[in-house]
Amino acid sequence: MTARDTLLELDQVALHFGGLAAISDLSMTVHPGEVLAVIGPNGAGKTSMLNLVTRVFDATRGRILFKGQDIAALPRARIAHLGIARTFQNIELFDAASVLDNLLLGRHRFGAGAWWQQVLRTSALTRAEEAHREKVEEIIEFLELSAWRNARVAGLPYGVRKIVELGRALCSEPDVLFLDEPASGLNPEETRDLAFWIDDIRSDLGITVVMIEHDMALVGAVADRVICMAQGRVLAQGTAAQVQAHPDVIAAYLGT
Amino acid sequence: MRYDYHTRYRHGFALLRHRSDWIAYGLLALVLLAIPLFASTYLVGELGYVLILCVASMGLMVLTGFTGQVSLGHASFVAIGAYAHAWLMAQGVPFALSMPLAGLIAAAAGLVVGIPAIRVSGLYLAMVTLAFAIVVEQIIGMWRGVTGGFMGMLVETPRLMGYSLGAPRVFYYVCLFVAALVLLALANLMRSGIGRAFTGVRDSEAAAFSLGIEVNRVKIYAFGLSAGITGLAGALMAHHIGYLTPDAFTLLLSLDLVLMVVIGGIGSLRGAILGAVLISLLPNAVSALKALLPESVARQSGLEIFVAGLVLALFVLFEPTGLNGRWLKLRLLVETFPLYRRDTFRRQKAYMKSERNR
Amino acid sequence: MNTGLEILAQVTVNGIAVGAIYALVAMGIVLIHKATEVLNFAHGDLLVLSAFSAWALIHHAGLPFWLVLPLVGLGIGALAYGLDAVVVRRIAGQPQFAGVMLTIALAFMIRGAVSMGFGTESQSYDTPWSGQTTDLLGVAVADLSLVIMGVVLLIAAGLWLFFGKTRLGVAMQAASQNQLAAHLNGVSVKRLNSLVWALAGVTAAIAGIFLAPLSLVDTSLWLITLKALAAIVLGGFGSLPGAVIGGLLIGLIEQYAGVYLPDGSRDIAPYVVLIVVLILRPRGILGEAHGRRV
Repeated sequence: MTARDTLLELDQVALHFGGLAAISDLSMTVHPGEVLAVIGPNGAGKTSMLNLVTRVFDATRGRILFKGQDIAALPRARIAHLGIARTFQNIELFDAASVLDNLLLGRHRFGAGAWWQQVLRTSALTRAEEAHREKVEEIIEFLELSAWRNARVAGLPYGVRKIVELGRALCSEPDVLFLDEPASGLNPEETRDLAFWIDDIRSDLGITVVMIEHDMALVGAVADRVICMAQGRVLAQGTAAQVQAHPDVIAAYLGT
Repeated sequence: MRYDYHTRYRHGFALLRHRSDWIAYGLLALVLLAIPLFASTYLVGELGYVLILCVASMGLMVLTGFTGQVSLGHASFVAIGAYAHAWLMAQGVPFALSMPLAGLIAAAAGLVVGIPAIRVSGLYLAMVTLAFAIVVEQIIGMWRGVTGGFMGMLVETPRLMGYSLGAPRVFYYVCLFVAALVLLALANLMRSGIGRAFTGVRDSEAAAFSLGIEVNRVKIYAFGLSAGITGLAGALMAHHIGYLTPDAFTLLLSLDLVLMVVIGGIGSLRGAILGAVLISLLPNAVSALKALLPESVARQSGLEIFVAGLVLALFVLFEPTGLNGRWLKLRLLVETFPLYRRDTFRRQKAYMKSERNR
Repeated sequence: MNTGLEILAQVTVNGIAVGAIYALVAMGIVLIHKATEVLNFAHGDLLVLSAFSAWALIHHAGLPFWLVLPLVGLGIGALAYGLDAVVVRRIAGQPQFAGVMLTIALAFMIRGAVSMGFGTESQSYDTPWSGQTTDLLGVAVADLSLVIMGVVLLIAAGLWLFFGKTRLGVAMQAASQNQLAAHLNGVSVKRLNSLVWALAGVTAAIAGIFLAPLSLVDTSLWLITLKALAAIVLGGFGSLPGAVIGGLLIGLIEQYAGVYLPDGSRDIAPYVVLIVVLILRPRGILGEAHGRRV
C-alpha cells in the first residue's frame, strides 16, 4: 500500500484523562473512498478516537495526519475547513432553528460574505445565499427531507433528527465523514434507508465514510473494512466476517 | 390561508414575503411618520423614548436572544454610549459623527467584556456582566473630570448642519431613523451567515465547532455588536434625559432590558420591539390603573414594580415564547381559521435537565 | 495610639462580621440552587420582608425580640414553601434562565408588596445586644456582630449535620444530584424541593432580622443578594463551604478596600475581584471543572 492511498492516519496516538488512559496506543489508517466501520465494546475508545480527530480533546501523544498534514494541534474550528465532518452520538442539532437553517449552517465553511455585505444584503450576497440554498436543496432531496424543510428541529421525531444531522454534515461537502452510531435509535426501516444512503454517499458523492456502529447487520451490509477496538487500541481489522471470527474480538465482547 | 409559492429561492428569504406584509408594514411606517403631526408634545417625547428602548432591547436581543449569552449588565453599555456621546459633543465633535463614535466606544467595551465569555458561561457569565455594570456605575461616579461624577453632566443640544434637533418632535424623527436603521441592519444580519453562526453557538457549541464556526470569536463579536447597538441607544438616551447622572443607569435599567427581551420573546427582533413597547408603557398603564383603585392603594409607590414583576412572572409561567410567540399563534389562528388546532404549539412534558455540566 | 496592626485587626474583625452575613445569605441561595437549579434572585427580598415584619411586630405589636425571631422565621419559611409549591415548581425542566427570570419577577413583586404594605420609609429596631461592645484582644467588637457570627456558625454547623446525618438531609442530597433517580427511589422530590425552599426562607429571615439593626430596615437591603451572589460565584456554585468562604472573602475584601484603597473602591473591589477570579478560574475557587460529553 502506497502513501497516496492514505487519507487519514493515526500514528501511535494516546489520550489520557489524568491517570486514566482512554486511548493507550492507537494506530489506524483511513483509505480514500472506503466505508470503514469501527466497532468495539463500550468504553473501547471509539468516540474518543473521533473526538481526537475533530480536536474536541488534545491527544496526549502521537500524530494525526490528514492528507499528510499533522492536525493534532490545530484549533478545533479549523477541522471542518480541511474537509472533515461528523455527527454526534447524542444528536447535536441547533434545536431552535429550522431544518433549513441547520443545513445552511453546514455550509458555513464556504463563507457567507463580508459582514457589510450581510448588513446591506447586497445582490452579490443574495446570489451567494441562493447558491448555498441550491446545494442544501440537493441534500434535502437526497435524504428525502423536503417534508420537514421549514420545521423547527426541536419538534421532529428522533429518526428524522438523526437524518438532519447527517444532512448537515453532508452540506459541508467533506472529504471524510465520521458517523457516531448513526443507527442507534432508528427503527429497522430507517436503518435500511441509512444503509442505502451510506452506500450512495460513498459512491455518488465520493465521500469517505468512517462509522462507529454497534449494529453488525448494518456494518456487514455497507462496510468495506472493519476495525475492532478494545481498551484504547486496535484489536483486529479486516472484512466484517474476518473481524467477527477473530478470537480476540470474541473474547473482548464476552468480557474475558 | 396563505401558501408559500416561490419560484426563486430569493423570494423564500425576503424580509417581506407577501403583499399583506408590504401593506401592514407600510401602514405602520406611515403611522409612525405621521404621529408628531397630531400627537401632543408629551406623547411624542414618550414615543421617542420607546424607540430608544427598542434600539437597546434589540442590542440585548442579539446577545441573549440570538447568541444565548445572558447579560445582567447591559445598562453599563447604555451608560458608556451616553457618556461617550455627551463627552465627545462637549469636545466639539459634531452630532452626526459623535453618535457612531459613541457606538464604537461601547462596542469596544463590549469586546473587552466578551473576553471572559469565552471561559465562563451561563450564570457565571451573568455574574461577570452584573459585576461589570456595578463597576462601571461606580467608576462613572468617581471619574469627575470626564463624567461630572455624581453631580452630573449637561448634554448639549444635538445639531445637524446648523439645525437644532433638540425639539421633541424633531428628535422623535432622529430616534425613528436610528431605530429603523438598526432594525434593518440586524434583520439582514440575522438572516445571513453571521446570524446563523450566532444561533449555532447558542444551540450547540459542539456542533458549531464541528462545522468550522470559530465559537470563541463569534461570542466576542456578539458581545461587541450587542454593546455597540446598546451604546447607540445610550447616545440617544443622553439627549432624551438631557442631564446625565450615574443613577440613570443602574441595575434596574439592566433588568428592564432583560425583561423586554424575555417578555418579547427570545430569539426574535419583533420580540425585542414588542417587549420594549410593553415594558416602557407599563408605568403609564399602572398610573392609568391607579385612577380606578381605592385611594389607599393608589398612593403606595410599590405598585409599578409589583405589576412589572407580575407581568414577567405570568409570561415566564404561561408564555415562555413571549409576545412574539403569542403574536405568531394569533396570526396562525387568523390565517387558518377555522382549522386552527390548539395543540399546534402544545409543549411536551419536560423533565429537569441539569445544566451543571455545560 | 492606634497602630497599624490594631487597625488591621479591627478591619479584619469587621470584615468577618460583615462576611458572616454574606455567608448566611449565600448559603440560603446555594441551598435552593443545589436542590432545584433555580438561582433565587428573590432571596434578598425575602430578607427585606423579614426585616420589615420584625420591625412591625416589635413596634406595632410590641412583641419581644425573642418571640419575633421564631415567628418571622416560621412565617417566611412557610411563605418560601408556598412560593415553590405554587409558583416556582411549574418551571421545572425549563432552562436555568427561566428560573432566574421567574425569581426576579418574584423579587419585584415582594419588593412592591413590602413598599405598599409597610411604606417606603426606613425604619429601625433594637435587639438585646444593640449598643454594647466587647473588648476582644484589644479590638472593640459590637456584641451584635459577635452574636451574628455565632448564629452563622450555628446555622452552618446545623446544615452540615442535617445533610450529613439525617434521613431527610440525605434524601435532599440525593434528590439534588439526580432528581429522576431520587424520584424512582421513592423520594418525593417535589415536597423535598419545597422543604428546601422553606429551609432557605428561614435562613433568609434570620439574616434579615439580624442584619437590619446593623444598618436600617429598608427595601435597599435586597442589594445584599448581589454580594451573596458574588460570594457564591467566588466559592464555586453549589457548595455550602464555598458559600461561606466566598462570603467571608467578600466581607474582608470590602473592608480592606474601604480602609487601604482610595475612596469609592470599597463598593467595586468585591466585583473587580470576582471578575478577575472568574477569568482565572472559570468555576470559582472551590468549583470543579466539567467538560460536556459529546
